[in-house]
Amino acid sequence: MSGQTLYDKIWAAHLVGERQDGNSLLYIDLQLLHEVTSPQAFEGLTINKRPLWRVGANLATPDHNVPTDKRELGFDGITDTVALEQVLTLDKNCKAFGVEQFEILDPRQGIVHVVGPEQGATMPGMTIVCGDSHTSTHGAFAALAQGIGTSEVEHVMATQCLVQNKAKNFAVVVEGQLQPGVTAKDLILTIIGRLGTAGATGHTIEYQGSAIRALSMEGRMTLCNMSIEAGARAGLVAVDDTTIDYVRGRPFAPTGDLWDAAEAHWRTLVSDDDAVFDAELRLVADDVVPQVSWGTSPEMVTGVDSTVPDPASFDDPVQREGATHALEYMDLTPGTRIQDIKLDRIFIGSCTNARIEDMRAAAAMVKGRRVAANVKEALVVPGSGLVKQQAEDEGLAQVFIDAGFQWRAAGCSMCLAMNPDKLGPGEHCASTSNRNFEGRQGYASRTHLVSPATAAAAAIAGHFVDIREWL
Amino acid sequence: MEAFMTHDGLVAPLDRVNVDTDQIIPKQYLKSIKRTGFGDYLFDAWRFLDEGDIGMTPNERRINHEFALNQPAYQGASVLLARDNFGCGSSREHAVWALQEFGFRAVIAPSFADIFYGNCFKNGLLPIVLEENIVSDLFSRAATGLNLAIDLEAQTVRTADGDVYPFEIDPGLKTKMLTGMDDIAMTLAERNLIETFERGHRAAQPWLFLRGN
Repeated sequence: MSGQTLYDKIWAAHLVGERQDGNSLLYIDLQLLHEVTSPQAFEGLTINKRPLWRVGANLATPDHNVPTDKRELGFDGITDTVALEQVLTLDKNCKAFGVEQFEILDPRQGIVHVVGPEQGATMPGMTIVCGDSHTSTHGAFAALAQGIGTSEVEHVMATQCLVQNKAKNFAVVVEGQLQPGVTAKDLILTIIGRLGTAGATGHTIEYQGSAIRALSMEGRMTLCNMSIEAGARAGLVAVDDTTIDYVRGRPFAPTGDLWDAAEAHWRTLVSDDDAVFDAELRLVADDVVPQVSWGTSPEMVTGVDSTVPDPASFDDPVQREGATHALEYMDLTPGTRIQDIKLDRIFIGSCTNARIEDMRAAAAMVKGRRVAANVKEALVVPGSGLVKQQAEDEGLAQVFIDAGFQWRAAGCSMCLAMNPDKLGPGEHCASTSNRNFEGRQGYASRTHLVSPATAAAAAIAGHFVDIREWL
Repeated sequence: MEAFMTHDGLVAPLDRVNVDTDQIIPKQYLKSIKRTGFGDYLFDAWRFLDEGDIGMTPNERRINHEFALNQPAYQGASVLLARDNFGCGSSREHAVWALQEFGFRAVIAPSFADIFYGNCFKNGLLPIVLEENIVSDLFSRAATGLNLAIDLEAQTVRTADGDVYPFEIDPGLKTKMLTGMDDIAMTLAERNLIETFERGHRAAQPWLFLRGN
């Protein structure tokens, strides 16, 4: 019998039972909650008079539609009455059900996928769910973390379990070394470009290889975050010293003897040498170049040193049609140099790229320079109140402010533009977020997905630049 | 949840690959705390030529007559015909609620994104996977008005001409759809099993229970 993958091990350790029909009942250790996908679930519990199965397995924070300016006003700063009702509903539900919440004025508030790891609520070997597809982020800790719908949120609230079929195993192996100026974001965009947006559907991806081992936890989170953009519900990275060192000392992490026991267990969270994967993609890290998306699906990416592709170059007629449609929407012409694309707005933030390392990488490009005149707005939105504080302490915030960026409070912000931060119709944005879908960042908005360093440099130049030439 | 046994309905074609849930129901409508009220905003940026917001009604909007769902031939359609990777992106269950409220009972595509696919079964919207060549054939026939009869028990899609296309479906999901049973009640019936597991899990990994019960 062949060995087990990391996914197999976490699955087996949480398997409550298998039903006659083949579905499995999987125990969930942590559910993260936010204002958008939880109200209907709480309402369902209330109507059916069901309690939370385990209150302590839940953690909440408002993130999707909180404003990022005038945060000191708290609830009063939310001028959109419908959004306000939603944030107040989360607050009310958390109080009624006893769920721990980092409320709007708490310095620990932020994007759920930044907050969980930061607090040590995310631990290796856990099963984690959240009504948000970017829950895959937590896979960086060798936690099986999946985005779920609201009905499933309610199901986990009431039963602490998820009804699921086991996914297949997909290994993405990256050997070698990322070159200076090339980041985890460029790597994951390259991977999505290769796999396609449905390439890993039905699979859990495990990222392996020397280039992955060399990534920081921030980089691994960026990588796992966008697994869903390749169709995988979850992404994983095995535990090593980097993982252990990150978790140690965090507020919710175990201490003393319990830490020792936990660490010993966590060290086993790696795939066996003889584990068999159902699919595999191999990449050489040295070949990866800074990426820029040109279309309306995350698979539509290319190198910053490249040009906008010609739809005629796609063999598959459906893909060709998709590319034609995307270029029309993006108002781009085949053959245009990526570096000639002018930008109206810049967004540095989101659960993909709003951690301290991202702030540092962006600030390094900006230091001593000014945002270009053609850029109407350049936003930096840290992923949590604590990231914001740290960036201010390190002097990064001042670097951004001096260069003409706006320095905001934590939230999802312009990644999905549910709050007032959005693009105007037709505007092009260099964005460190995860989705370039039509209208994602505002009505008729045009998104280009990039790394924080590339976004920051684009703000300075007013168009895309190959940051390898800036180093 | 509404059970699904059989359904006979008109097909509306949506000939685009990778239709994401942001297109099915845009973010501004997700601010609602209800499960209803999304049908008017289904495919909002494609159905209408103006920017929509929560509370607006279709009769105050500028209709995009080019878009399939607005064409007279497809009025009253209840089966959506789609391309690969339908429902990709965000986990928002609002996408399923919007499709249902608009009047769809089933979606046929060569493939679906995982989270959307699962969300369908929580609400009684039947996602049917048919081979790409069959879907392409159905697209060419939908232009002249195509009715399909879906039989979940038999796992078939039948045209008025008598063509029958069988489809695969997970037996557990099928039973759930046919009976419309409450997932949570079903799992709570296994309460003892969960409690037993939880005790063992707590003993094995006590650090997972530090934040209390």
